[in-house]
Amino acid sequence: MRGEVVVRVGAKVLAPFIITFGLCVHFHGDYSPGGGFQAGVILAAAIALLALVYGLEAVQKVVTPRFVRACAALGVIIFAGVGVVTMVLGHNYLGYDALAEGHAGQHYGILGVELGVLVTVFGVMVTVFYLFAGRRGRTQ
Amino acid sequence: MSAHLPILQVVVPLLAAPFCLFLKRGRMAWGLAVFASWAALAIALALLGQVTQEGVLSYAIGDWVPPIGIEYRVDIVNAWVLVIVSGIGAVVAPYSMASIEREVEAGRIPLFYAAYLLCLSGLLGITITGDMFNVFVFLEISSLSAYALIALGQARRALTSAFRYLIMGSVGATFIVIGIGLLYVMTGSLNMADLAQLLPEVWDSRTVKVAYGFLAVGFCLKLALFPLHLWLPNAYTYAPSAVTAFMASTATKVAVYMLLRFFLTVFGAPFSFDVMALDRVLLPLALVAIASMSLVAIFQVNVKRLLAYSSVAQIGYMILGLSFATVTGLTATLLHLFNHALMKGALFMAMGCVMYRIGSVHINAVAGLGRRMPWTMAAFVAGGLSLVGVPLTVGFVSKWYLILGALERGWWWAAILVLLTSLLALVYIWRVVEVAYFRDFPGDEATREAPWTLLGPTWALVALNLYFGIDAGRTVGIARQAAEVLMAGIGP
Repeated sequence: MRGEVVVRVGAKVLAPFIITFGLCVHFHGDYSPGGGFQAGVILAAAIALLALVYGLEAVQKVVTPRFVRACAALGVIIFAGVGVVTMVLGHNYLGYDALAEGHAGQHYGILGVELGVLVTVFGVMVTVFYLFAGRRGRTQ
Repeated sequence: MSAHLPILQVVVPLLAAPFCLFLKRGRMAWGLAVFASWAALAIALALLGQVTQEGVLSYAIGDWVPPIGIEYRVDIVNAWVLVIVSGIGAVVAPYSMASIEREVEAGRIPLFYAAYLLCLSGLLGITITGDMFNVFVFLEISSLSAYALIALGQARRALTSAFRYLIMGSVGATFIVIGIGLLYVMTGSLNMADLAQLLPEVWDSRTVKVAYGFLAVGFCLKLALFPLHLWLPNAYTYAPSAVTAFMASTATKVAVYMLLRFFLTVFGAPFSFDVMALDRVLLPLALVAIASMSLVAIFQVNVKRLLAYSSVAQIGYMILGLSFATVTGLTATLLHLFNHALMKGALFMAMGCVMYRIGSVHINAVAGLGRRMPWTMAAFVAGGLSLVGVPLTVGFVSKWYLILGALERGWWWAAILVLLTSLLALVYIWRVVEVAYFRDFPGDEATREAPWTLLGPTWALVALNLYFGIDAGRTVGIARQAAEVLMAGIGP
């Protein structure tokens, strides 16, 4: 597909919007349908689209396999870390009220935990995509 | 700090797992895994101490009061299982360094420790939580990491056996979540203590009985009760040695705990035994498992496979104790959870030492090792004697209470079966011992005893086998107390 100008330009134009939409889904996750899992998949879809159009090697130069693997681990640390922070602040594990006065603490807590989900889901989705896309068939 | 122990029990290994991925060197990941495993054991022992003194502990996650939020609830039953799981983890973690470096390629070692810690935290999570859906979540965490651990085995067949386990395990987990869903539909609650209050009102409904059936099949798949054990022998045979030692001593035990917790606490012992006739359903399966799997074990030529079939038979003993439907029978079950973990852990770890030096666990590979690797084979003999149930070992204590339970019910034939199948265990253990001690060593003169990093943990378990075989008062006391809690609502 590297010769197709429309596809190349289209992908280039779409990718930033897909990423923005993913973040939008994430930051509205506490109120409305959405959240870290969906947002992570949408972000990974942007990477997959670019890889399909520009080739795996080109995309892996920017989003390296090592980076996405680190993302997968980092997300778990963020999620569990939010719980540890609330515990250090004197509440129970994942007791979001510790993070701010009143209602706001719940928002921060959920967004923090969902950020962990987003990072892990993004990392795992892209890793799975890389592994399957990177397989070479027997005929080649 | 001590108020947070229930959650730390799960969070410490869970948080250590992703850090393992950031550590480049296998040894550093190993150090972190050992630290997390030992911390988990320390927490479990502290929890057991707290529970025996203060009674049931409850921890509300996110400050949401149960039954609305997720509750971690520790009583004597799961404090006991937590000690078993984290104790085995604390012994296997140091053992795994040398064993895994030999059996897993260097680049994957940090991944191994990450998966191992996830598996540990999943098993601890299943045990500690008081929320049914949380059980399912942790079940998936422990199962998925277990599939990955088994697939790390050297032989290509490790992949197919892990895949087979994945299929069977997923079917089991799906059955469990369907059962949980049906219960939620009927009661609107996921909290176990709350359900125990709500369920008696809807005992008559068909939905609850169907849920019971789904849960029963799911648990029996997970704990590998005959005839749902088919995933187990291959998975144990082809997994890396340290993984086999860990899984054989923990995963099926936690599945037995899940069964006890759901059927005796959530549904209640009266419902299980009087309405659903759980004892009469499980009794024949347990008897067939004990007899047939002990026989099958005799004809195995791969020692790990032999021990795997023996594990299925031993699970039969645990279920047999449950199917007596008495406190003594259940005491035997809970004792055997602990004792079997000790003996099978020691046996599989001894075979890991053989694998380390000889590179095979075929029965011919142990020929002459009685003199070449005296400490390894002595550990195997000690573990084997415990498996047979010789006095002064933990195996004897389990069998004693099992036979006591059988005689209490007047089922002398069950007592005779336990004795006869112990002889079968003697036969299959003796086959290995005979080859090891009465045949000449065919291999290289340079073959030496396994390193102390492997022997130390193995002998630690052997020592516990002997210690708790001689001084059984404490373990029997806790097991009986736990059995009384589970059998609440039914006569002694």
